[in-house]
Amino acid sequence: MEDAKKLEAFEAKINSGVKIEPKDWMPEAYRKQLVRMMSQHAHSEIVGMLPEGNWITRAPNLRRKAILLAKVQDEGGHGLYLYSAAETLGVDRTELLEQLHTGKAKYSSIFNYPTLTWADIGAIGWLVDGAAIMNQTALARGSYGPYSRAMVRICKEESFHNRQGYEIMMQLAQGTPEQKAMAQDALNRWWWPAVMMLGPSDDNSPNSEQLMRWKVKMESNDAIRERFIDRTVPQAEFIGLTVPDKDLKFDEETGHYTHGKINWDEFFDVIKGNGPCNAKRLKDRIDADKNGKWVREAAVAYAAKRVKEKEIA
Amino acid sequence: MTDTQWPVWEVFVQANPGIPHKHAGSVHAPDAEMALQNARDVYSRRSEGMNIWVVPANAITASSPEDQGSFFEPSNDKPYRHPTFYKIPEGVKYL
Amino acid sequence: MNLQQAKFEYLLRLGDSSLIIGHRLSEWCGHGPILEEDLAMINIALDFVGNTSELLKYAGQLEDKGRDEDELAYMRDEREFRNLLITEQPNGDFAFTIARQFLFDTYMFFLYEGLKASKDETIAAIAAKSHKEITYHLRHTSEWMYRLGDGTAESHDRLQSAVNDLWMFTAELFDMDEVDALLIKEGVAPDLNNIKTEWETRVNEVFAKATLQLPTTTFKQKGSREGKHTEHLGFLLAEMQYLHRAYPGAKW
Ligand SMILES: [Fe+2]
Ligand SMILES: [Fe+2]
Ligand SMILES: [Fe+2]
Repeated sequence: MEDAKKLEAFEAKINSGVKIEPKDWMPEAYRKQLVRMMSQHAHSEIVGMLPEGNWITRAPNLRRKAILLAKVQDEGGHGLYLYSAAETLGVDRTELLEQLHTGKAKYSSIFNYPTLTWADIGAIGWLVDGAAIMNQTALARGSYGPYSRAMVRICKEESFHNRQGYEIMMQLAQGTPEQKAMAQDALNRWWWPAVMMLGPSDDNSPNSEQLMRWKVKMESNDAIRERFIDRTVPQAEFIGLTVPDKDLKFDEETGHYTHGKINWDEFFDVIKGNGPCNAKRLKDRIDADKNGKWVREAAVAYAAKRVKEKEIA
Repeated sequence: MTDTQWPVWEVFVQANPGIPHKHAGSVHAPDAEMALQNARDVYSRRSEGMNIWVVPANAITASSPEDQGSFFEPSNDKPYRHPTFYKIPEGVKYL
Repeated sequence: MNLQQAKFEYLLRLGDSSLIIGHRLSEWCGHGPILEEDLAMINIALDFVGNTSELLKYAGQLEDKGRDEDELAYMRDEREFRNLLITEQPNGDFAFTIARQFLFDTYMFFLYEGLKASKDETIAAIAAKSHKEITYHLRHTSEWMYRLGDGTAESHDRLQSAVNDLWMFTAELFDMDEVDALLIKEGVAPDLNNIKTEWETRVNEVFAKATLQLPTTTFKQKGSREGKHTEHLGFLLAEMQYLHRAYPGAKW
């Protein structure tokens, strides 16, 4: 079968809703895009552990400490599932981490912002996980089997992340004036980065059409962003917080909110490496990897000795 | 010694007694005992399991997509293997 | 000292040790040597947070002065903390963390086995639940002791020096005072002399398999029973308690 025919069969499969599995034929562009997406997504999960991990040792009570630990642990788990999904396409996790550490691979821009107060932990769960869930529920319907299955598992785990974040914000908003100010300040700082993390408008990007057809991308960034804003604004109002966008308006005709101008220069600048925490996040990951090297090697050496013993016996 | 992220193991979890193990995902581990512990720590965080198998990923042999026709289609023309193939008069019980 | 007071004091010892060692483990979050181990350490830390809550909650009930588990964890000063000195030692490298955890897990494993038979039903119930968790923790840390001890020359040296450095804090695990005497008499707590024998046997076994030498340190540092800690605890508490204390009476 020549490639044109294979491609036709591949697209027919996707059209009929059958998942593509690792050993199936797939166009090179499909494979490349998926490895890129899955690894970027995996990197985002493990880098995402850092800003929230920043507050584990300062959580204000034992209940919050347990919830935050469990939440950050989940993110590590998500990274693990996603690296595994990427590995089904023949890349090694060692290689993928190398790409992260050398700056060749990207991760979500949002994690380059600092968590300055406890309210930031609420804001991240509410806004960042909230935005991520919009994206991930769409991706769970994607065409690549391992990615879609990882997403299904991740979405199930995500639902508590979003709620615990909102609960923190609600508690603060109903608390002392200082606490309420803390919550509003966190919303002010995290709102725009959360709106931006869903990515720039991709309506006229040339790849978009093909990726949608292949069900690698399920919806446009703008569509997901609209849904995120539509759902989140009333949640903010409910707890008496103000979304920091003076142009935000509900459009009765469309039933959607229209938002103010997004500062895409900032977005691209952070992606390029010029966010407040890019250097720190990357250094933390690199240090963890460096400090873990002798540990990983020790475990391999121990295992090799046991294999040798068995051979002799 | 070259640094690695350790070999991949496939994890199968039995969620309840009496039902088959189901593929849950994979973990990296240097050996079987650590694979088992890592699988426990990764895949039973929400009481999803009561028994776990771990298998080195490279020990699994999978049929390939090209085999699909020759492996699985021959059974399509054997409807007599299914109970619905047989017509039993109404009123006959326990069949 | 009456039985109630002795129990309160004893529960602080147990609860504070769990709180502090769990806190130390949680510091690893996101910085572990490999993703799988990151998750494993958080699981253990989570067990400790849960265990702390149960113990300190019960301590507060016995004390009957309206202090709950958070009040006890977040509003006491260094000198009022009763955690074992070993639990507050900073993480160091992964070998140090594993050695600290293994020595403590082994202690906790036998101690809680004894506490399962406590005549105080609440303590017995907490111990029974925790013992299952500790059984797993000990399995995990023991396996790491073997791998680091008998892995590479570097891992062996790191683990041996960690064990050497920690050894001076181990005698304190088995220290007993009037609190223990009363609770042993009343069947609430086990005799730490018995725990000590079991601890030594297990530690010797694991050290042998891990090709480690038993440290020869003779200096024994003690003091946690009277709240005399190492300098590390103050910094840990400053970090842990800051937010809670900065907003008195606030709900989170
Ligand atoms: Fe996430
Ligand atoms: Fe996640
Ligand atoms: Fe999440």
